[in-house]
Amino acid sequence: MPTVKEILDSMDYGPAPEAAGEVTAWLAERGPFGHFIDGSFTAPDDTFATDNPATGDTLAQISQGSAQDVELAVKAARKAAPKWAGLAGHERAKYLYAIARHIQKRARFLAVLEVLDNGKPIREARDIDVPLAIRHFYHHAGWAELLADEFPGHTPHGVCGQIIPWNFPLLMLAWKIAPALAAGNTVVLKPAEYTPLTALAFAEICAEVGLPKGVVNIVTGDGATGAALVESDVDKIAFTGSTDVGRTIRRATAGTQKALTLELGGKSPFIVFPDADLDAAVEGVVDAIWFNQGEVCCAGSRILVSEAVARDFTDRLTTRLGKLRVGDPLDKCTDLGAIVHPTQLARIRELVSAGEAAGATLIQPETQMPAKGCYFAPGLLIGAEPANPASTEEIFGPVATLTTFRTPAEAVQLANNTRYGLSASIWSENITLALDIAAQVKAGVVWINCTNQFDAAAGFGGMRESGFGREGGREGMAAYLRAPEVKSKPEAPASDFKAMPSPATPASSGIDRTPKLYIGGKQTRPDSGHSYTITAKGRELGLAPLGSRKDIRNAVEAAHKAGAWGKQTGHNRAQVLYYIAENLAARQAEFEAHLKDAGHDPKEAAATVARAFYYAAWADKFDGAVKSTQSAKVTLAMHEPWGVMGVACPDASPLLGFASMVLPAIAMGNRVVAVPAQSMPLLATELYQVFDTSDLPRGVVNIVTGPRNELAKTLAQHDDVAAMWYCGDADGRKMVACESAGNLKATWTLENRDWMNAQGRDFLRHATQIKTIWVPYGE
Amino acid sequence: MPPTDTPHSHPRNPGTSLDLAWFDKIAVNTPAAAARAATLATRRSVKKEWQAAWLVNAIKCIDLTTLAGDDTEARVARLCAKARRPLADHIVEGLGLEAVQTGAVCVYPTMVGAAVRALEGSGIPVASVATGFPAGLMPLNLRLAEILYATEQGAAEIDIVISRAHVLQGDWAALYDEIAAMREACGDAHLKAILATGELGSLRNVYKASMVAMQAGADFIKTSTGKESVNATLPVSLTMVRALRDYGAQTGFKIGFKPAGGLKTAKDAIAWQVLMKEELGRDWLRPDLFRVGASSLLGDIERQLEHHVTGRYASSSRHALA
Repeated sequence: MPTVKEILDSMDYGPAPEAAGEVTAWLAERGPFGHFIDGSFTAPDDTFATDNPATGDTLAQISQGSAQDVELAVKAARKAAPKWAGLAGHERAKYLYAIARHIQKRARFLAVLEVLDNGKPIREARDIDVPLAIRHFYHHAGWAELLADEFPGHTPHGVCGQIIPWNFPLLMLAWKIAPALAAGNTVVLKPAEYTPLTALAFAEICAEVGLPKGVVNIVTGDGATGAALVESDVDKIAFTGSTDVGRTIRRATAGTQKALTLELGGKSPFIVFPDADLDAAVEGVVDAIWFNQGEVCCAGSRILVSEAVARDFTDRLTTRLGKLRVGDPLDKCTDLGAIVHPTQLARIRELVSAGEAAGATLIQPETQMPAKGCYFAPGLLIGAEPANPASTEEIFGPVATLTTFRTPAEAVQLANNTRYGLSASIWSENITLALDIAAQVKAGVVWINCTNQFDAAAGFGGMRESGFGREGGREGMAAYLRAPEVKSKPEAPASDFKAMPSPATPASSGIDRTPKLYIGGKQTRPDSGHSYTITAKGRELGLAPLGSRKDIRNAVEAAHKAGAWGKQTGHNRAQVLYYIAENLAARQAEFEAHLKDAGHDPKEAAATVARAFYYAAWADKFDGAVKSTQSAKVTLAMHEPWGVMGVACPDASPLLGFASMVLPAIAMGNRVVAVPAQSMPLLATELYQVFDTSDLPRGVVNIVTGPRNELAKTLAQHDDVAAMWYCGDADGRKMVACESAGNLKATWTLENRDWMNAQGRDFLRHATQIKTIWVPYGE
Repeated sequence: MPPTDTPHSHPRNPGTSLDLAWFDKIAVNTPAAAARAATLATRRSVKKEWQAAWLVNAIKCIDLTTLAGDDTEARVARLCAKARRPLADHIVEGLGLEAVQTGAVCVYPTMVGAAVRALEGSGIPVASVATGFPAGLMPLNLRLAEILYATEQGAAEIDIVISRAHVLQGDWAALYDEIAAMREACGDAHLKAILATGELGSLRNVYKASMVAMQAGADFIKTSTGKESVNATLPVSLTMVRALRDYGAQTGFKIGFKPAGGLKTAKDAIAWQVLMKEELGRDWLRPDLFRVGASSLLGDIERQLEHHVTGRYASSSRHALA
């Protein structure tokens, strides 16, 4: 050890290790570990090692969960569910409060254990992971208390299967378990195979607070265990992890009753405008990509900087990069610890090399690196153009790309040039500019002049292929609750398609009418050139165009061109909807006659007028919220339309069913490609003139008639459709959920219902996604 | 014995002409500055021998200060005695050091003579506040005369106060002229410009005032008189050291930084040193570029060091009063 005199000369920091004795003693005493099922640990079986990535030493032996283990855990959770759900909210609140308290009392233990298993620096585990986990349980103790008041009529899903990643093991556990328990669910949680230890310690805390047996079950293992959990008899799957696995889960749960939320990858933009506080933005990068070794799904991994300050900013950032300390995660002076596992390290190396091979320059400081262990020096890939794989692939390591932009418009273009949409960080001292960009970026979370801000009261989750569903706050609670059940009303099988002439059912007299498709505000003939016969009560009512893939493609393109609709005020959209109601009311008798001819309830016409009024009323009232998060940080939760939605309408109520799905979607600012009732599309086609005379901008509603499931499949597969609503049979619902996995679009699949009363907030909630915007303030 | 670090081992800042372009568009985001300041001390930690060394280093950078209406020559002499021997002998020995003394002693102009006499042969410079400290609301000729008086009395460093009004009114030329005149009056004495940041209203103003002071030839920029309701804070300090870093990048001259008022504990002393090292580098942990204006801080540091040496918690009654 150097002397005080020598240190006075160097003024080095010296070692400042956190003691790990309590934790290593616990590992020695408790390991090898079994699963935590029904309140106790099973005998260890089929074990594998979990290592300390900083040293390569084995920490403990962990059991590989089999399908049987999962089944046992789900059974235990199932058994515990009724009693747990039946407890008064206050009783569940007491348990959650106790868990929060106990994590707090074990804070140091859990922080050190997390560091050993994951490799993250002790400062982050101590100051970020553990306090946020505690905050999450406190916050959700509150939700348990208020559940009956705030979510009347809602019920828990039952048993939740939860699969969490290795980057924030305890924190992700808290994000999953706290809302699930608050809502009255029981859980089976599978921690990541690299980092199972804090979940096992948490299991002991559950026992310590006397949580009823079976309410929380922990099954350890690798992806196979996770797959078994997805396949098991659970009522909901909540997954945080890679987009590829998310896609697999999306397909696996399609056609089941399992609710699903996915929090997946990201390649989030970090946008620096010339009027930003550049030093602040530099520190922002430190907290964005050099936090948790860059193993953060919402890491600001694509730095976009204005050409006007690019050199200055890059110089400052490079200087700052040189100050980072990489090393022993237990040392309190460490900025970057170890990469979680050699496999991940290899992946980072591979992607960074690919980035360099594609023309980017890697800047890494001459940092002293530990002699052994799993480390990667932090870095920047300068000049990684959008075409560079390093700009599109999630590296999940401490390396960000840095490229420039010329104008705010180009910044938005570059920011949104990604399949992901998890978060965005915007740096500008101009609030007008910053909020404008916040509105335009495709991201579930936007941080203005800050980054990686989290709070239990704020929603967190992505758009696009970053997943769907939100965690945290009211919206996070909603994801663990089932809305009051709607009685389904089985749909009669749709009539057959006949594109051939049907002389057996002659048309009625009068002038022949030719319904067409409605695309971009124009009536268009179908690409197929075919029509199909529409009959009712054995009589031909007319011919409807037989829409096909290409018509869907054209309709989606037209819908995209109508983007201005989403930016209009709610008031303006309301005006259009009122006008639709007005024009429809003027022709109500005519629609009633059509409905009668078609063998449907004429009352649908009046109900459709009322529905247009209803959603006109809502257009400017589906408010967002300001969340109670941290002091001096305005946290906005804004409802944003999806953009372009596919809507496959019920066959049963040809006018009202169509209106009940399309009107809430457009009231919220979406543009819609709708497939009307396939057996009776002639009511929807009659609406074109109503739309045309009601100032509905072209492209906001597009209608393609034809075979519902075939057209819905094209819509579900379409990568430029952001969300899909489908009403129809079980096969169709499964198909839509499954096919949507391509771009992980949000889906809402419904059974047919009594459409007379089918309206309300539930429709609006499904027509929007929440964007959370953080704006710190203070002078 | 002379201090281990030669004072002012770098070329002195001659100042530049007033150039608004260096600062008039500066953006300082206050919440971001606060966030950086809040994590500076949590990102770095010094333990054991390192902690002891860093605390000793802080002592070497202290401007041991008395600025009270009831100061007397005898009181100043007592302070100077403490500046010569800030740590009890057994602590110095226990740390394996030969001698430690503070960076300077800081007093009112009328006390400079007494301080110079009390510090004779120690090599410890005497700093004097001047220019109508603490408010600075005196005619400029009297403020300049006060500087001359203090230097004639033997002050090697002059801690001047700026006219806050010039900052609040955005009259940078007036501020520049005032400080430049003071710098001239200082002659060979080094000028430390007290910005009274607690009265400037925003971090942007702090940055701008820092830059103007350096352009006008300040050798040090200093946060506070110790008499404002808010004195040295980490976010303010962060803003000032970034300004002096930017000035250095423009001119090549190294400027010193002195937080004053508000540093009371050994923990504070570590936090500010971490700020200097992280934002500027090791050079700014030497007394020629870093000073801490404090009166009570030394007592806490001495107690911590005693604990380091003896393993027992200390009583201040066993340590010499400043």
